[in-house]
Parts: sequence; structure tokens; C-alpha cells
Amino acid sequence: MALLSIRDLMAHFETPRGTVYAVDGVNLDIGSGETVGLVGESGCGKSTLGKAILRLIEPNFGSIVLDSVDITHLKRRQLARHRHKVQMIFQDPYASLNPRATVGRIIEEPLMVNGWGSDRERKERVAWLLEKVGLPTDSLKRHPHEYSGGQRQRIGIARAIALNPKIVICDEAVSALDVSIRAQIINLLTDLRDELGLSYLFISHDLSVVEHIADRVCVMYLGKIVEIAERERLWAMPLHPYTQILMAAVPVLDPKIARERKKIIPRDELPSPLNPPGGCRFHTRCPYAQPKCRDEEPPLRPLQGRQSVACHLVTEQADGSIAYPTMAAEAAPKNDVRGAPA
Amino acid sequence: MSPLLQVCDLTTHLFTVEGVVKAVEGLSFDLDADETLALVGESGCGKSMTALSLMGLVPDPPGRIVGGQVLLGDRDLLQLSEHEMQKIRGNEIAMVFQEPMTSLNPVFTVGDQIVESVLTHRQVSRRQARERAVELLDLVRIPDPRGRFDDYPHRLSGGMRQRVMIAMALACDPDVLIADEPTTALDVTIQAQVLDLLGELQGEFGMGVILITHDLGVVAGIADRVVVMYAGRKVEEAPVDDIFASPLHPYTQGLLGSMPRPGLEERLREIPGVIPSLIDMTPGCSFAPRCAKAMARCREEQPDHATIGDARVVACFAAEEEVAGRGLAVDT
Ligand SMILES: Nc1ncnc2c1ncn2[C@@H]1O[C@H](COP(=O)(O)OP(=O)(O)OP(=O)(O)O)[C@@H](O)[C@H]1O
Ligand SMILES: Nc1ncnc2c1ncn2[C@@H]1O[C@H](COP(=O)(O)OP(=O)(O)OP(=O)(O)O)[C@@H](O)[C@H]1O
Ligand code: SF4
Ligand SMILES: [Mg+2]
Ligand SMILES: [Mg+2]
Repeated sequence: MALLSIRDLMAHFETPRGTVYAVDGVNLDIGSGETVGLVGESGCGKSTLGKAILRLIEPNFGSIVLDSVDITHLKRRQLARHRHKVQMIFQDPYASLNPRATVGRIIEEPLMVNGWGSDRERKERVAWLLEKVGLPTDSLKRHPHEYSGGQRQRIGIARAIALNPKIVICDEAVSALDVSIRAQIINLLTDLRDELGLSYLFISHDLSVVEHIADRVCVMYLGKIVEIAERERLWAMPLHPYTQILMAAVPVLDPKIARERKKIIPRDELPSPLNPPGGCRFHTRCPYAQPKCRDEEPPLRPLQGRQSVACHLVTEQADGSIAYPTMAAEAAPKNDVRGAPA
Repeated sequence: MSPLLQVCDLTTHLFTVEGVVKAVEGLSFDLDADETLALVGESGCGKSMTALSLMGLVPDPPGRIVGGQVLLGDRDLLQLSEHEMQKIRGNEIAMVFQEPMTSLNPVFTVGDQIVESVLTHRQVSRRQARERAVELLDLVRIPDPRGRFDDYPHRLSGGMRQRVMIAMALACDPDVLIADEPTTALDVTIQAQVLDLLGELQGEFGMGVILITHDLGVVAGIADRVVVMYAGRKVEEAPVDDIFASPLHPYTQGLLGSMPRPGLEERLREIPGVIPSLIDMTPGCSFAPRCAKAMARCREEQPDHATIGDARVVACFAAEEEVAGRGLAVDT
């Protein structure tokens, strides 16, 4: 049984301009100690999904089962008993910390709210947390504005792990940090995971960071998951056309490869989740789209090797190989039949 | 042939209540026509201040250019009056700013804004300007440019807004285009589109492009040469292939080393410490407090720019020693 199990989750927003289908039927399992990466373009619903798991946004449909407890419809009071198991780290270390509180107070707050331990035990816990995230012990009495972005993110991480959560949702947790500081925080997150046995839902638009940290990766497009696979597998053989485009757009650190590589650039930009295209939601930008793609929505289908894809053109052959649309001939394994016209 | 643009010893300070922020310190570089030069470095190292200095747009107060030259042809832009600079801006040097939403006026259509920018620089009729605007929208690959002409900025996606900004900057065929983090706020696929577009336009128009970014990954695909800045100074300059193949400055090495790379499972290499303050600058090399190779000398003396071979420059005592050890000529 997965630690976190999400079924058919929907989170819609009613706005004056119409309904925003931010999260529109998502299925996802996260195992104990597992790191699942969540990637996709701005506005595709990543943060909404994260917040819906915490029920900071109320889902419209579907279920969230956390540690064998269905928390989808729990009342606030009952929910509070399970809340500590999931915590969130946000992108903006400035906005998410109360500027008037001291660092000690910020980290202690979740402990107090949950009636955790005695005053002395809490102080000890805060000191332990400071050490864990690599902040100097004299931080207790200081204020967030006295710290740099990277150090502030450490404060946010200390607060998030204060209650011993099982799963931490990291929403663009390193995106706002400077490159030279980012590695420090990524290493801290992986160290904590290994030491405390945490699971992460790691939301990021930076695929190279996700490749570094995640065991499994979900690719989201306009409110839906279009592909899930184990990390190595996804990078070796991205099947969904959108995943392929996303990967081809990632900057590479080698000028020679960067100049030579063939880019698949999508025709147009992300359509609005107010009015998602019918059929396959990606068909308006997909270089391989067929008439069928306009009319019929492809379901997210599991293939062998723990990879699931929602695309009409990806099919499992009788001999077990997979046919999928691709432009880069050399990228496809030899035994694969490539069915789609380019 | 002399370079299109020559920046010599540019020094820009900000006089704030907390003290003097040495945002740009003795910065020099050349830009050729037909070349893309990337200016990289961490947040707050003075990249935008450099761009604003070249444009004559340093906010005053608190900022002031306190020294140096910016030579465009045989004119020193720093000696020109604001009136003369206005003619240069847009016509000869144009800039695309980091945040397109703050530089586009929300109450005018994008078409009208491009028309305005054509009219300020060219003696043409409104109708001709309108045609030119449609042409420019098409040039930056906005689908249905005539239809989009009458859209307000908020109706456009981030990537399209950024392309409109590029269209405005190109309105008068500038010789030099400065793009300050033109893709930072964009998604990877849109980022790739905009960078590709910049690369193509650079080739088509033979402009000199200065691309400012904090992301070395962006640089690999588009730049010809790279200037790495740290705490207001140039610490390394090299052709793009050399920067990636054999970075010389420990900061450049650290930056490249700290980026996640495919296939590397182990912990990332960190650059320890924090970004330095530009107010209380320590004597010596400003990277010394974070540098694994720092020697006693590094904490006392500021390393000069040493020229290595004919195309590389580095400001680092350890790098100089290493290069000399390999038998290469070092010229300080
Ligand atoms: N409170 C809200 N009311 C109305 N619409 C919203 C609200 N929050 C989010 N949305 C919309 O829902 C969609 C999904 O937003 P979300 O923030 O989940 O995207 P995201 O994938 O996290 O994007 P980013 O990468 O930019 O953070 C967007 O179109 C957004 O505009
Ligand atoms: N108006 C201002 N008043 C005081 N200090 C300023 C002002 N504008 C910039 N600075 C300071 O000048 C230095 C250089 O800033 P600049 O904007 O050039 O950095 P940057 O390299 O462009 O950084 P980023 O990557 O974050 O855009 C920074 O330390 C910044 O804090
Ligand atoms: S289903 Fe069709 S439109 Fe959708 S991704 Fe696959 S090929 Fe493209
Ligand atoms: Mg988000
Ligand atoms: Mg800047």
C-alpha cells in the first residue's frame, strides 16, 4: 500500500471568466521513502495538486488516502490529526516566513500548534533542527530578513520537518535560489531524505534538478498527467510527444551538443486551462497529431516497466516492444516500431 | 577591425544609506558585430547595472557611473548628453528587459506600443509605422500578427510578451542588442523558442548581442563568448567552448560543478558560503572566502586580469599558477 494514494483528483476554480480546470483527474501513488518528481509548464496545475493533497485547496472530486486514512472528506479537527504527516516547502523563502517572528519562533510554531512536547523538549527539538539544516545556533533570536535566500530556505525546511512528516511536498523549493546556492539546498534535501526516510513530491520546472533527485517522474500537461515513469526509463526513452519536447528544450551544458542537437519546438504556446482543448489536450501543439487525437481523449495507460503514457500513438506491440512517435531516429531503440508519420 | 562596442574599466557605484554599493568595478570587454556575448554571474553581481550603464539608464540617485569608457565606434557614450543618448538608445543600442510585464504599458495595445517606438526613432507616417509593426510581430514569430496587433499585453502569454519586447527593441535595426535575462521567467519550451529566435535574429541582422543570464546552461547553445562576473568584477572571459571544457576560475569551475548532470548520482558539488555583500568588500580576491584554492596572497591582494593565449582572460592567482605550470603563456 502506497504511503500516499491519489485517485481521480480534480481541483477546479470558479472564476468570472469561467471554470479553470487546474487539476483534472490525477492518479498518483507515492511510496514510503520514494521521491516523485512533478514537472510541466507554468499553469499546468502542479502547485494546485500539491495544495490539494494538503487540502489547502479543497478537491472537487476524487480521493486522497494518506497512510491508509482517507483524508479527502475529513473535518478540519480530524484532519489536524493527520496534517503533520504531510508538509510543504514553498518556492519563495521571503513570502513564506513571517518577517516579524524570530527564527526560533518560526520553527517552533508547528510544534506548539500541535501541542508537541514540553517547553523544554520543544527548545531542544528546535536546536536539533537548526543543526540538521545547517544554520548557526545563534539563529534562534534573529529574524528572516537577516538571512540570504539559501539560508531562508533552510529555515523553511527546518519548519517543514519539525513534526517528523512522512512526506514533504517541495514546490519549486530551489527554483528561486542562485545556481551557486542551489546545490547546497539540493544536497540538504537528499541528506534529510536518506537520514529521516522522507518521501518527497518534488515539484519543479527544472528537469535537470528533477533528474538528479527523483526516483520516479510525472509529466503534467493542462491538469492531467501525460506520462509517469521511473527516472532512468523516462530519460532513456520519453514516449509522450510532450515529454520529448520538454526534454529537448532543456539546456545542455555542452556547447557542441547544444549547437548540433535537433530541437523539436512546439508550434504554439500552452492553451488556457479555462478552455482546455478537447480530445488529447496536447493535440494543438503536437507535431504528430492525428484526426483521432482531436476527437478522443487518450487514457493514461500502463505499459511494461512501470511506465504509463496517455497518447494514442504509443502502443505496445505483440512482441512486447513499444511503438511511439519520434523525430530523432537514433534516439529510439532498434526493436521499436515507429508507427507515426513525422 | 576594431570591435563594435568597447567597454573599458566601467565602474558604477550606488550611493546608498548603508554605504557605497560597488555594483560594477573596472569592467572591460569588447563586443564584435555578429557576435553573441554572454554575461553570466550570480544574483546581485552587477549584470543589470552593467546593462543600464551601457544604456545610460543607471538610476540616479543612488547610482552613478564613476569611471571608464563605453566606446561605440569612436564615440564615448559616457560623455554624451542625455539628449544625445536618447538618439543612441533604440537606434544603435536597444535593450530587452527582464520583466516584460513592467516594461509594456497595460493600457495600450501591443501594436500601438510598437508603432510608438517606430515613430520615436523614424521619420515615417503612422501608416508606414503600422506596417512596420506588423512586420516586426511577424519577424518575432507571433502567429497571426495582424490579429495580435490589437491585443492588450495581458492577453498575451509570457513568451509572446517577451517576443513583443524583442520586436520593439528591433524596431530600428540596432547595432547592439542587450537582452537582460530574457527567458528567466519563461518555461523551458518557451525559453528554447525565445533563445532560438534571438539566435536567428542575431544572424539575420548581424547585430552584436549581449545576453545577460545567471544560468550557464542557457549560454551553451547561443553564446560565442562568455564573460563571468563575480561581485562586480570580471573574473573570467573565454570563448564558449573553452569555458565549458576547461574553466579556469574557481568560481566558474564551482558553478559548472554544482549543476546537476545526467548520469552523476552522487551528491552535487557545492560552492560553500554565501553571496558576498558589495558594500563591505574584503581586500583581496572577492571569491577568496568561498574558494577552496585560496592562498594567503588571495586574501590580501586583488588578482589582476591575466591574458592566457590569445582569447582567454582570468583574474585568479591559483589559475595563473596552474596555467603557468602547464607551460602556457600568461600575460599580466
Ligand atoms: N486561486 C485560484 N483561482 C483561480 N485560478 C487559479 C487559482 N490558483 C491557480 N489557478 C489557475 O490554475 C491553473 C494551475 O495553476 P498552478 O498554480 O497549479 O500551476 P503550476 O503548474 O503550479 O504553475 P507554475 O509553474 O507557474 O507554478 C493556472 O491556470 C492558474 O492560473
Ligand atoms: N536601486 C538600487 N539601490 C541600491 N542598490 C542597488 C540598486 N539596484 C541594484 N542595487 C545593488 O547593486 C548590485 C548589482 O545589482 P544588479 O541588479 O546589477 O545585479 P544582477 O547581477 O543583475 O542580479 P540579478 O541576477 O539578481 O538580476 C546588487 O548588489 C544590488 O543589490
Ligand atoms: S495523443 Fe495525439 S496529439 Fe496527443 S500527444 Fe499523442 S500524438 Fe500528440
Ligand atoms: Mg506552481
Ligand atoms: Mg539583473
